[in-house]
Amino acid sequence: MSDPTTYLFAFLIGGAFCVVAQILIDKTALTPARILVLYVSVGVLLGAVGVYDKITELAGCGATLPLCGFGASIAKGIRKSVAEYGVLGIFKGGFTAAAAGTSAALIFGYLAALIFRGKPKK
Amino acid sequence: MDINKEEYKKLVKRRAPKSPCLKNCCFAFLIGGGICVLGQAMFDFYRHFTNYTDESVYVCVTVTMIFLAALLTGLGVFDSIAKVAGAGTLVPVTGFANSVVSPAIDTKAEGLILGVGAKIFTVAGPVILYGILSGALYGVVLLVMNALE
Repeated sequence: MSDPTTYLFAFLIGGAFCVVAQILIDKTALTPARILVLYVSVGVLLGAVGVYDKITELAGCGATLPLCGFGASIAKGIRKSVAEYGVLGIFKGGFTAAAAGTSAALIFGYLAALIFRGKPKK
Repeated sequence: MDINKEEYKKLVKRRAPKSPCLKNCCFAFLIGGGICVLGQAMFDFYRHFTNYTDESVYVCVTVTMIFLAALLTGLGVFDSIAKVAGAGTLVPVTGFANSVVSPAIDTKAEGLILGVGAKIFTVAGPVILYGILSGALYGVVLLVMNALE
């Protein structure tokens, strides 16, 4: 089992990421879609400078589940694939890292659309 | 833009501050933090029952969370939770999943190709695009740094 402190930090840091977004929603005109884009991009930046790995070490899923973790894993994928393939790596690494999350959302999204009935169109 | 408008209305409704910021932040913190703790418990579960590396186990948790969010969205429960949780369900990968699943379900009537097929990317498209672009930019920086060394 993970260390109890990992659970504590997962709660605190995961919650803190959400609070920052909530403040942005309440105090600025940012829509949720913009916030998601912002979080992914900031995640890539934090991953690129190496900060995010440290947050993940501390907070576990409190770092990987917020969408900035998605961005950070894209940065990690780019770093790995650029080291391996050079220029080609720029085109490979991002999607490789994002593959599971994106595929899961698309596959489950499509299945949900087949199974569940949408709200009536106005 | 027709469907986007409807989708947009829903998103606006979800974000409209009916209650003070402090209360919203409390709920966002508790529910967002709670989702991450639940994820951490899944992490322990998967790590115990698989031989995956930690990195892959994190991915398993993400996929499971996306599945749960898709299911709750389909059952119509997600929106009720999100109304209370605000950013608490938006920021974890559940919000990304909801933003993919929700338009997919709502546009079923427009057909599986240009309805579901296109609108499934309404929010996922921008997220993936800017994630990939930021990553590519980082890749260029890495190459330049390598060249200068």
